[in-house]
Amino acid sequence: MSEPKRKTRLRKGAGGRAAHDVGGLLDFGPIDRAEHDPALWEKRVDAMLILLVGPKKGAFKIDAMRRVIEDYGQQEYDATTYYQKWVRAIRNLLIEQEVITRDELDKKFAIVATEFEGRGRSVPSKVIP
Amino acid sequence: MASHDHDHPHDHDHDDHDHHHDPHAPQKDHDSGPADPHEVLEQALRELLIEKGVLTAGEINAQVDFMDTRSPALGANVVARAWTDARFKQRLLADTRVALAEMDIDIGSLADFRTVENTPETHNVVVCTLCSCYPKLLLGIPPAWYKSTAYRGRVVVDPRGVLDEFGVKVPDGVDVRVHDSTADLRYIVLPMRPPGTDGWSEKKLASIVTRDTMIGTAIPKVTEKTAARAARGKSAS
Repeated sequence: MSEPKRKTRLRKGAGGRAAHDVGGLLDFGPIDRAEHDPALWEKRVDAMLILLVGPKKGAFKIDAMRRVIEDYGQQEYDATTYYQKWVRAIRNLLIEQEVITRDELDKKFAIVATEFEGRGRSVPSKVIP
Repeated sequence: MASHDHDHPHDHDHDDHDHHHDPHAPQKDHDSGPADPHEVLEQALRELLIEKGVLTAGEINAQVDFMDTRSPALGANVVARAWTDARFKQRLLADTRVALAEMDIDIGSLADFRTVENTPETHNVVVCTLCSCYPKLLLGIPPAWYKSTAYRGRVVVDPRGVLDEFGVKVPDGVDVRVHDSTADLRYIVLPMRPPGTDGWSEKKLASIVTRDTMIGTAIPKVTEKTAARAARGKSAS
């Protein structure tokens, strides 16, 4: 596998901070206190991560997960929800660790997207997030 | 993935909750309408992992079910025990992991775990400015606002203002301590036992300990409703 790509992208107007380092910043508007029950797919992302980093599987380390999320640029970081970040990071790491290939994922994503549409759930973007 | 409307945890996050009367609608309805491509990605990754024998569907389902057993009710039992058993409280403050193990609550081995006690002099509130570290194995999956950049950004510089928004007025003479969690260190707040609860059983006490009281963004309250429910012997657990 190629060298890990470390390229910390800085948050705009926040000195030398990375995108995730938001303590003390007041740029995010009011706190939205609406409750949000995690969807089943989000719970499954949570479950997959716990299993993948657990001692039995050891597909990658939790620190690798943090590395990927902390390397997101501001735009991606701020535009994605918690489990969106997680599922993207799991995708990156499974490919990076050669558990799956990009080609396999491309094919599977297309099949699953078709399946969703067959159940009446349109998939607005066919690009893997 | 099958329709998952019956898989949502309808119980533990709503009843007896600080946001019970919150007029906001839920942030998202995941059960219908266009699919989030991330949801498609989740299923694609899951199927690949299962096909390759890395994970089984059974393991994933079991882990989802396990996390569903982790809810604020678990933490509420711990707080109620600490309110009624001074020695347990000492052990909880001294070594949270060991004290929780006494109650058969396994909080895993990844992170250090500390209990911070509210007193008449000090109010504690917990955040994770860098991500969303949270005592998930004790309180369940964190609320959306805890993970929001708005909360993470502001609570460390304007804790009193944030607490005020959550309905917690901290008097001027009381210190506010903000605890910034990390991947290696998690906190739970031990709130103060409210007056008017003398003689209550652990079960009754647990019924007034909400998720937010253990994050520090709420104070346990004895309302007519909780008092009446306590009198009937029902509890959140």
